[in-house]
Amino acid sequence: MKAGIVVFPGINRERDMAIALHASTGRAPAMLWHKDADLTGLDLVVIPGGFSYGDYLRCGAMAAQSPAMAAIRAHVARGGYLLGVCNGFQILTEAGLLPGALLRNAGLRFLSMDCHLRVERADTAFTNRYRAGEVFRAPMAHGDGNYFADDATLDRLEGENLVALRYATAEGAVTPDANFNGAARNIAGILSPSLRVMGLMPHPEDLVDPLMGGTDGKPLFDALAALEVA
Amino acid sequence: MKAEVTIMLKAGVLDPQGKAIGQALHGLGFAGVGEVRQGKIIQLELAETDPAKAKAAAEDMARKLLANTVIESFKVEIKP
Amino acid sequence: MAQQVNQALAKQFGLSADEYGRVLAIMGRTPSFTELGVFSVMWSEHCSYKSSRVWLKTLPTKAPWVIHGPGENAGVVDIGDGLAAVFKMESHNHPSFIEPYSGAATGVGGILRDVFTMGARPVANLNALRFGDPKLAVTKRVVDGVVRGIGGYGNCVGVPTVGGEVNFHPAYNGNPLVNAMTVGIADRNKIFLSAAAGIGNPVVYVGSKTGRDGIHGATMASTSFEKDSEEKRPTVQIGDPFVEKLLIEACLELMATDAIIAIQDMGAAGLTSSSVEMAGKGDVGIELDLDHLPQRETEMTAYEMMLSESQERMLMVLRPDRQEMARAIFAKWDLDFAVIGQLTDTGHIVVKHKGVVEADIPLAPLADQAPLYHRPTSETPKPAALGAVADPVGLRTALLTLLACPDLASRAWIWDQYDSTIGGQTVKRPGAADAAIVRLDGHTRALALTTDCTPRYCQADPELGGMQAVVEAWRNITATGGKPLAITDNMNFANPEKPEIMGQFAAAIRGMAAACVALDFPVVSGNVSLYNETEGQPILPTPAIGGLGVLEDAAQAVGQAIAPGQTLVLIGETAGWLGQSLWLREIAGREDGPPPPIDLTAERRNGDFVRGQILSGAVRACHDVSDGGLLIAVAEMALAGNTGVALNLTGDHAFWFGEDQGRYVLAVDNAAATLVAATAAGVPAAIIGTAQGQGLTLPGIDPISLTEARAANDRFFPAWMN
Repeated sequence: MKAGIVVFPGINRERDMAIALHASTGRAPAMLWHKDADLTGLDLVVIPGGFSYGDYLRCGAMAAQSPAMAAIRAHVARGGYLLGVCNGFQILTEAGLLPGALLRNAGLRFLSMDCHLRVERADTAFTNRYRAGEVFRAPMAHGDGNYFADDATLDRLEGENLVALRYATAEGAVTPDANFNGAARNIAGILSPSLRVMGLMPHPEDLVDPLMGGTDGKPLFDALAALEVA
Repeated sequence: MKAEVTIMLKAGVLDPQGKAIGQALHGLGFAGVGEVRQGKIIQLELAETDPAKAKAAAEDMARKLLANTVIESFKVEIKP
Repeated sequence: MAQQVNQALAKQFGLSADEYGRVLAIMGRTPSFTELGVFSVMWSEHCSYKSSRVWLKTLPTKAPWVIHGPGENAGVVDIGDGLAAVFKMESHNHPSFIEPYSGAATGVGGILRDVFTMGARPVANLNALRFGDPKLAVTKRVVDGVVRGIGGYGNCVGVPTVGGEVNFHPAYNGNPLVNAMTVGIADRNKIFLSAAAGIGNPVVYVGSKTGRDGIHGATMASTSFEKDSEEKRPTVQIGDPFVEKLLIEACLELMATDAIIAIQDMGAAGLTSSSVEMAGKGDVGIELDLDHLPQRETEMTAYEMMLSESQERMLMVLRPDRQEMARAIFAKWDLDFAVIGQLTDTGHIVVKHKGVVEADIPLAPLADQAPLYHRPTSETPKPAALGAVADPVGLRTALLTLLACPDLASRAWIWDQYDSTIGGQTVKRPGAADAAIVRLDGHTRALALTTDCTPRYCQADPELGGMQAVVEAWRNITATGGKPLAITDNMNFANPEKPEIMGQFAAAIRGMAAACVALDFPVVSGNVSLYNETEGQPILPTPAIGGLGVLEDAAQAVGQAIAPGQTLVLIGETAGWLGQSLWLREIAGREDGPPPPIDLTAERRNGDFVRGQILSGAVRACHDVSDGGLLIAVAEMALAGNTGVALNLTGDHAFWFGEDQGRYVLAVDNAAATLVAATAAGVPAAIIGTAQGQGLTLPGIDPISLTEARAANDRFFPAWMN
């Protein structure tokens, strides 16, 4: 599996992502500066977390309009996999590669804490090392992670089974208390209809080492290690 | 020619910042303040001299980048 | 701006009559407006340390592992594996009161630059914060803004904020303290310094453009606050963490080449101090042509450009043959890059603007003849002995009250706004251990990091307080298993022109020095912030200490969380010292008596024993006993592990809440073995209880459930801020 991480100015979790991918795949992913991102031959492209362009205007807005996005769209069009985490998720929604938008957290504060995620769908290239309904823990660190879409879009996402992860209690209950940022229907991560694009707000890449408090995030990267573009 | 783009969250989108501002105003004793919504204004200096063309250009910019029409609406005003 | 330069103007610029006389003597003529500006900022307290230098020189700064002590942008210590840790703490007190968000944010930005200037990638931020009475609305506004500002900047640049401390006291009502610390990692053989060299070499400006931000910020940091300070708002700088992030990456990319001869960030006093210090340290002259300076505003004068404190800017001297390569790196990162001058053999700083020489100052006397004051000191009288204090409420109420008080309440509300996990190396997050533990990427080694000071002790007895701040930092690192290596100090005091304040300063330094020597824990960097008083109300003397230690194997670090079945062993002597304790203040409503004495020999012996036990693998959890005393330490360990404790000792309030120093609580599996080892080491040790159940039980009082204790501990911040 060949992975590449696209780095826009202000992205800052690219090293965390590289560590997690390296640990599961056994090889270092390509680090691709947005101005010269050549995605040929890659199975997986990742847009990691951070504050691309300072999160000025709107989180992810300027990266979503940058020239590198054309290559990323082409990668998806030819069947490549694409993962956006945190700012990467925001960029994917701004670019229209995933529906909805990420609003300011309901409590208006940046939130850096562990959350619990319930796996809504375990038959995808991203989540197949988890079981459906399984709950795993992941750090979150964002000011704008409050997922929003209009009701029709939310109904469609649920109808087409494209919600990948929801905020839940440690026991797996999807409750308002477990939904720290106020996301619509507790949505933490979603999939494209092709199931080849996933975006999520929390950071499983920061929980792949027992020394850092657990390996709850590792199955995601173990799953990615196995994927190959058909 | 100057264009001023006003961007607001759409009516159906919760605006916690506006809500917090409203609460703060109440806290300061300003009675009679109803719903508060906040947004942003972007001022553009344009080389275009034709007001209609300037407006069209600014609207195009707003659609492509300045506003996210999933959550935001915008309004363009042309000022000499 | 074309004002008449005279003594009256010099006074406005913060120069005394005597200092202005020195300026005239050095120049041999009336200085220009710009020259006067240069003198005033270079000779400000903030840049010249004119009141504190004589005392700072008495601090121990050397150890075999110290690579660079005070005098560089930050301290540098060898941490093994060919790596060096680069670290410093710096204050941004005055700006944080005027505009809390931006003041705190730019404080973080400034200290980050001090560290990456030396070639280190920042890997951790910490802070030490002091705020006024929580009952005041202004305190709430300041806390909210400062916390958002620290998070806003640190989160965006992508450096984890892993630790810190917060105190409240009315003495900080009009003068909060915001001390920010950054730790970076560099190749120990690739440390970048600021001494310029090579006549004719280009002087290069990179980063953000220059505006009129913060002009005379350095002199603002050197005067007391008056009521109209809120009117001084325009001098507060605005930070741009996005540009800082780009600057870090661009500088580190350039530092991987051989292009840089010298580099210095533009902090307080901006272009003036960076150019003067670089040339001065290198014994060369420097000529600047401000026509080439990247400018954000129009019609800026030479004076404004020289004194601007616009953020996110660096000054470098480059090898001429690497100039174009360097330019390309900065273009890649979309940052300004401009050659604004060159080094000369004149020994002068010459500033040109629009063809006019706006300043021409000999550098040697600017540095050598800078004022140095032996200000009069008067000793703080030793507090009277406390005598017996009756317990008005009982242990149970006291414990719950203390757990809920602002100085001991859970800080989760604050930490939860700081990204503490970015980098993927945070082994112990805020609150999990006595010191934050950050592993070095690609290594098994880890850093143990802490900030400490107990200002109420410093107020009562500055010498003992200074000593205790250093000891506590050492103890917190020790309690994780870390080997303490060195400290950075941030000396926050009131007006040094008052003998009693200068006396506090001198005494604190004495106490710190004694602790540094006894613990092999030298000072490698620091910052002095004086004139911290508002309308005659001085702050508590606050020598904040940032401590750094190292663990060879991150997996050996222990935290505070206990688990069922473990036995708790108390290390150290307990006399029941209530003077200046939190119990005395929060329960008895008194702030008096002498602070607890410190036996440095016992500290060292107890700490070395505890560290040895941790590294031998015998210890499951460890917490030092500090604010609030033994019962608070035990309760914090219970809350961290979500496990109750059955305590088997009988004691009074002084026993449970006294703040005797040199103590630790260990959680071990084999207590008998720990006691044997302690006896062999000559260290006092006693079994105090067992980890079990879901409550704290001790003889003679109703059990306190963890739920009740947690509710008390969690209440303060959310109830106050939300």
